Amino acid sequence: MEVLPDFEILCPNSAEEAAQMASKKGESRYMAGGTDFMPNMRRGLEKPKAVIDLSGIGEMQSIEKTGNGLRIGASVTLQQLISADEIKSDFSLLAEAAETIAGTTHRQTATVGGNVCLDTRCQFYNQSEWWRKSNDYCLKYEGEICHVAPTGKICRAAFSGDLAPALMVHGAKVELTSAKGTRTIDLKDLYQEDGADYLLLEPGELLVAVLVEKLEGYKTAYRKVRVRGGVDFPLVGIAAAVKGNGTQLEDLRVGLTGTNSKPVSLEGTADLCGGSFDETGFKALEKLVQKQIQPMRSTFSPSHYRRKVALNVSRRLVGNLLEN
Amino acid sequence: MKSILRLTVNGREREDLVPQNMLLIDYLRDTVGLKGSKMGCDGGECGACTILVNDAPQLACLTLAATVEGKKIETVESLSQNGRLSKLQQMFHEKLGTQCGFCTPGMIMAAEALLRANSNPSDEEIKKALEGNLCRCTGYVKILESVKGVIESNEEAAA
Ligand SMILES: Cc1cc2nc3c(=O)[nH]c(=O)nc-3n(C[C@H](O)[C@H](O)[C@H](O)COP(=O)(O)OP(=O)(O)OC[C@H]3O[C@@H](n4cnc5c(N)ncnc54)[C@H](O)[C@@H]3O)c2cc1C
Ligand code: SF4
Ligand code: FES
Ligand code: FES
Repeated sequence: MEVLPDFEILCPNSAEEAAQMASKKGESRYMAGGTDFMPNMRRGLEKPKAVIDLSGIGEMQSIEKTGNGLRIGASVTLQQLISADEIKSDFSLLAEAAETIAGTTHRQTATVGGNVCLDTRCQFYNQSEWWRKSNDYCLKYEGEICHVAPTGKICRAAFSGDLAPALMVHGAKVELTSAKGTRTIDLKDLYQEDGADYLLLEPGELLVAVLVEKLEGYKTAYRKVRVRGGVDFPLVGIAAAVKGNGTQLEDLRVGLTGTNSKPVSLEGTADLCGGSFDETGFKALEKLVQKQIQPMRSTFSPSHYRRKVALNVSRRLVGNLLEN
Repeated sequence: MKSILRLTVNGREREDLVPQNMLLIDYLRDTVGLKGSKMGCDGGECGACTILVNDAPQLACLTLAATVEGKKIETVESLSQNGRLSKLQQMFHEKLGTQCGFCTPGMIMAAEALLRANSNPSDEEIKKALEGNLCRCTGYVKILESVKGVIESNEEAAA
């Protein structure tokens, strides 16, 4: 690991103050739990002049009830999310996904905001400085070409956060603040399909909270496939919410992670709903997944394996939810 | 850039001038001189550097020293009292939960955090609490038995 760069730590007390600091200080970076940011900085992938430590901002640490849902502060830790009473009843999908993230010790400090903004991952990027250097770096950071898709012009590193697909299924919106003001957008519009520039945040813009809505009458589940049974990023992670029973499907929402440079909110599921759901339905579901995911050679596991897993797991997950 | 860090380490208040980019693991080992906590993977993947911050387990290799200002830090050195091992340490000794010993301080601190929050954890809960702690000697069965030894010994004492 590299010696850490020479930075100063700034400790804002409010979200607004944090955004002001980010706008004044060039090359500053936000740090929440640091469980993604610190390893990246130690690998020489981040060289900030200032680190803005978000842990002292009280207003970002609570979960509050809203009309039909919750407002989850970006600095709420994964442990806090898993054990919160508000989550247990109507948002168990979020706890289920959060419990698969990293290890118990990481989850004491790792936050919801850090998970939503998690840097994209690639076998050619999450490496030491000397490893990347001897490989002539790559497009995402300091290099000229992409080793995954050498003819392409964009980075195909995979977004691998486990919470985003579950949050999307709950119709999540995100509250953002910058020196220019505050805005609220759909979570799915926070991302774009470019591994080197995956977040559509303005420079210095801060994620303050995530807003989720209740799913009345839905059955939900999160399935994650990974190389190791614990403490590992998803090869594929799928969140689903199903309204229906047996062979009747009224509504279906699916979110995927690990397959693209952004989390995927599966489009076109409405066409499969409103009647009986049989083999034709499953085939149509597989087709939607097949079309919208793009696993690449960014992981040690081959991309065709991840594609196959995504198809099989989405079929099985939706089938199980319908049956139960 | 340096700043004054005030905190409690193993029950003693301290005040040190530390660089802003200093890791907590380096502060504990090199500035305070507590060599119990180990730097294993150096990147958040092995748990050898696990310490307690306000009773919760945390990875000292992913923590900047300056960010634990005002907090209560405990390392494996805090557990023995007057030269006597704590029950958890004693069990790692008796049940052979330690082989080369490199992962042991982190293992013990993660288990200590669990037992403080839950005095009677199930096997599954123990495994979950220690999931981020890797043992290169792969003595996981003995490690599990060591933690369970504490629960059994508490039960015997209560009976
Ligand atoms: C061994 C190991 C295993 C892991 N396994 C998983 C896994 O299985 N699944 C998974 O999803 N993750 C995993 N992680 C990654 C990480 O622990 C989690 O994603 C965690 O939730 C990140 O949160 P954090 O608060 O630590 O983020 P940080 O590291 O503090 O930040 C992550 C990024 O988000 C930015 N950021 C943080 N907060 C904000 C904000 N409020 N506004 C704008 N930007 C912000 C930071 O600048 C940084 O770029 C793993 C990490 C390790 C070390
Ligand atoms: S996908 Fe290509 S550009 Fe992106 S990190 Fe991997 S090798 Fe680099
Ligand atoms: S040295 Fe901290 S987790 Fe390995
Ligand atoms: S005892 Fe050797 S690493 Fe665990």
